[in-house]
Amino acid sequence: MQLTDSRDIKASPDTVWAAILDPEVLMASIPGCESLTGSPEEGYEAVVVQKVGPVKARFTGVVKLSDIDPGRAVTITGEGKGGPAGFAKGGAKVTLAPEGEGTRLSYEVEAMVGGKLAQLGSRIIDGFARKLADQFFERFQETIEGPPDPQAPDPEGDGEKKGWLKRAFGG
Amino acid sequence: MPKDHGIGASSKRREDVRFLTGKGRYTDDINLRGQAHAVFVRSQVAHGKIRKIDTSDAEAMPGVLKVFTSADFDGKGGVPCGWQIHDRAGNPMLEPKHPILAEGKVRYVGDAVACVVAETLEQARDAAEAVVVDIDELPAVIDMKEAVKGGALVHDELGSNLCYDWGFIEDNKAATDEAFKTAHHVTTLELVNNRLIPNAMEPRVAIGDYSQAGDDYTLYTTSQNPHMIRLLMGAFVLSIPEHKLRVVAPDVGGGFGSKIFHYVEEAFVTHASKVVNRPVKWTCSRSESFLTDAHGRDHVTKIELALDKDGHFQAIRTETYANMGAYLSTFSTAVPTYLHGTLMAGNYKTPHVYVNVKAVFTNTVPVDAYRGAGRPEATYQLERVIDMAAREMGIDPIEIRRRNFVQPDEFPYQTPVAVQYDTGNYQATMDKLIEIADLAGFEKRRAESAKKGLLRGLGVNCYIEACGIAPSNLVGQLGARAGLYESATVRVNATGGLVVMTGSHSHGQGHETAFPQVIAEMIGIPENMIEVVHGDTANTPMGMGTYGSRSLAVGGSAMVKATNKIIAKAKKIAAHLMEASEGDIELKDGKFSVAGTDKSVDWGAVCLAAYVPHNYPLESLEPGLEETAFYDPSNFTYPAGAYACEVEVDPETGKVTICSFAAADDFGNVVNPMIVSGQVHGGLAQGIGQAMLEAAAYDENGQLLSGSYMDYAMPRADDLPFYKVDHSCQTPCTHNPLGVKGCGEAGAIGSPPAVVNAVIDALQRGGHKHVTHIDMPVSPSRVWQAING
Repeated sequence: MQLTDSRDIKASPDTVWAAILDPEVLMASIPGCESLTGSPEEGYEAVVVQKVGPVKARFTGVVKLSDIDPGRAVTITGEGKGGPAGFAKGGAKVTLAPEGEGTRLSYEVEAMVGGKLAQLGSRIIDGFARKLADQFFERFQETIEGPPDPQAPDPEGDGEKKGWLKRAFGG
Repeated sequence: MPKDHGIGASSKRREDVRFLTGKGRYTDDINLRGQAHAVFVRSQVAHGKIRKIDTSDAEAMPGVLKVFTSADFDGKGGVPCGWQIHDRAGNPMLEPKHPILAEGKVRYVGDAVACVVAETLEQARDAAEAVVVDIDELPAVIDMKEAVKGGALVHDELGSNLCYDWGFIEDNKAATDEAFKTAHHVTTLELVNNRLIPNAMEPRVAIGDYSQAGDDYTLYTTSQNPHMIRLLMGAFVLSIPEHKLRVVAPDVGGGFGSKIFHYVEEAFVTHASKVVNRPVKWTCSRSESFLTDAHGRDHVTKIELALDKDGHFQAIRTETYANMGAYLSTFSTAVPTYLHGTLMAGNYKTPHVYVNVKAVFTNTVPVDAYRGAGRPEATYQLERVIDMAAREMGIDPIEIRRRNFVQPDEFPYQTPVAVQYDTGNYQATMDKLIEIADLAGFEKRRAESAKKGLLRGLGVNCYIEACGIAPSNLVGQLGARAGLYESATVRVNATGGLVVMTGSHSHGQGHETAFPQVIAEMIGIPENMIEVVHGDTANTPMGMGTYGSRSLAVGGSAMVKATNKIIAKAKKIAAHLMEASEGDIELKDGKFSVAGTDKSVDWGAVCLAAYVPHNYPLESLEPGLEETAFYDPSNFTYPAGAYACEVEVDPETGKVTICSFAAADDFGNVVNPMIVSGQVHGGLAQGIGQAMLEAAAYDENGQLLSGSYMDYAMPRADDLPFYKVDHSCQTPCTHNPLGVKGCGEAGAIGSPPAVVNAVIDALQRGGHKHVTHIDMPVSPSRVWQAING
């Protein structure tokens, strides 16, 4: 599964770059991330809970940053083992370029699943991976730019806007 | 008037009473006192080096008796392959070890790495999740042609992924090549015979039960051939002498080939039961079944047909890549060779045939026999290429077949691919097909479809198959590591009832009904006086089991032989009772009479005399009435037929609807027409499933994508038409005592080409002349792409 996309972030490339290297931003950006420890140099250990189709699992795995070109590009790869649910691995090649006053963040994502995830959820993996990647960069953007303005598209990407009540109570 | 009794009667299937009322006793219904449960830890990657298996957490969990890894099977053998093939140069095939639990490497998703045995199933499942398997993933080999080009090796020690490169018959090659050079016309077709997952209704189950008291073992298992499992597992895997090992295969809920093979789980529970000194039960989940049951088909073929100017076949040449999967399953090597190459002459007189098969290891689950096994692959390519040739040469597809048939007066017919057809009448089944399928009305129906905007097509094809594979001495020369006879013991009780203990195994076929019909006919007693016992090595003679449509032709013949021995002895007893000469005794309607007199004694009195021998010739005759016979056929049987399928294709969506399907089969003599029709119906459903819906899909990393019923499309009732089935064309088999040929696989063999031929015909007639072939399954997307491609 491969997908490419880009988004414009209202911050300078330097700010965006610093955010990429910040474990807290990374943790806030990974959907379902329960913990993330480590450093950009050493790599991170992460625990992520996700449900793909009929398979729900807690993935423990490693996230690594490689091909670091400061301020311009980085490859983020992750590999998670979900026990009997199978495993998932993937990578995002991220490049940054100035775009007006902000930054254009482009990414190429590659994802692969195995075990029960592949056996039971293969039909929905492509859509799921796309959604996951969207969520990741959505959250990443939000972390940098601050909470979105109420008129902006829904950060969950569900296509339907959540009211304040739902947002407040995390529905 | 149809018979209501004996051979030829549509007696109702007595076993259905228990099957339909939930009273069947399947392996999973068996629960032994003190039994523990096994759950396997299976590889999630298709190919990898096992770095470390950490069982410590799992072993400390509640209820866990033991966590097994390959180290616990040191000194034990691997699961053997039952047929050794020699390649074109005469060298034996490459044959890797198939360990019970993976040693060093995992080779497919689902490969068993470790196994937890615990008090309860839930505890075993929990603990299996706690086993940590550290695997260095290696590149997977999935595509067969890539696999033989080089790259990753499934078995490093073999040095190649090519199991064998087989030529059949190698001596035919030069003449075949020559015939192509001089041919008037050559039609070439490349096609895929799609990989299938068997999906028996009952998943596999195995229970090992070791008894310390007797130092002996019992294995309860979902098997089509318990004696063979006992021999293979006892002799090659676990070194248990046969007298210390009993194998029981009780009611089995469908096999279709997938339960012929000796699987690692059977050996595991048998051995583990001794280690933990408890019965050990394993029940396959449906997901596990997708991953670990041997798959079927998976051939990639190029076939060429050479013709003269009148459309007479001059030569056939094929090159096939056959997927073996990661290990060699029991009959995997025989399927693309002797069950496929021998059928490449079809129903036709083709002077030169040469078949080349390359069997390839890949990082997928092993592939083995599945309903038809090799014969559907042969039939599909042959009947597709004939259809294509007919179209290219402008000859009617039925006419071109008739022109090339082995004619009724040409039997026995020696084919150029070793086998000799004993009997048949292909013109007759074609005539019958034209009648029952109402082919004369096709144009009218086509016009009606056209009014609805639908393209109607007609697909016709023939098939021949070889059943009851034999004789043993020949298959031995060809590399079989087993005999292919069958056995029966007929035990007459003192009060006249009979029990037939057969080496055949019924897993839905109806033996319990059909076998008694034969004996009832022979003796002239009611069918309900006869019971069939099968499936337990402790109370049946050594038999080879049920597959390849062999039960009635081979097992039934053994039963006939044993019954003839019974009758011969009973006549001696009757002669004594009536003080007559043995040669004058006649048996009719359950009565022994002295020819030309009104003296008679009935069956019951003779049986009683045999067991209460007060008035009995003890000096010349043993008491009792029980006989055993083994029957080794002198040849295969050759069922054949002609099938027709009509489809409607929606050119807007590519959706194919099967409007009608007709099958005219020649099965020789028929014992129970209703059961035969049922067997054909089931076979057709499976063949249409292959043609229209089913496909096992692996991604490039070796992950099974069609691993559930959400993604693997089984045929459902509304995918299938009402069939027109006829088996009134009967040329009895010339070499077995019943004159029967076997009917279990025919439907699955003959139907896929009919469907695809019909789809291509519909598109051609609809003006889509560029569409000459679509690979199975002919799904809407493939048909739409072909139309718009």
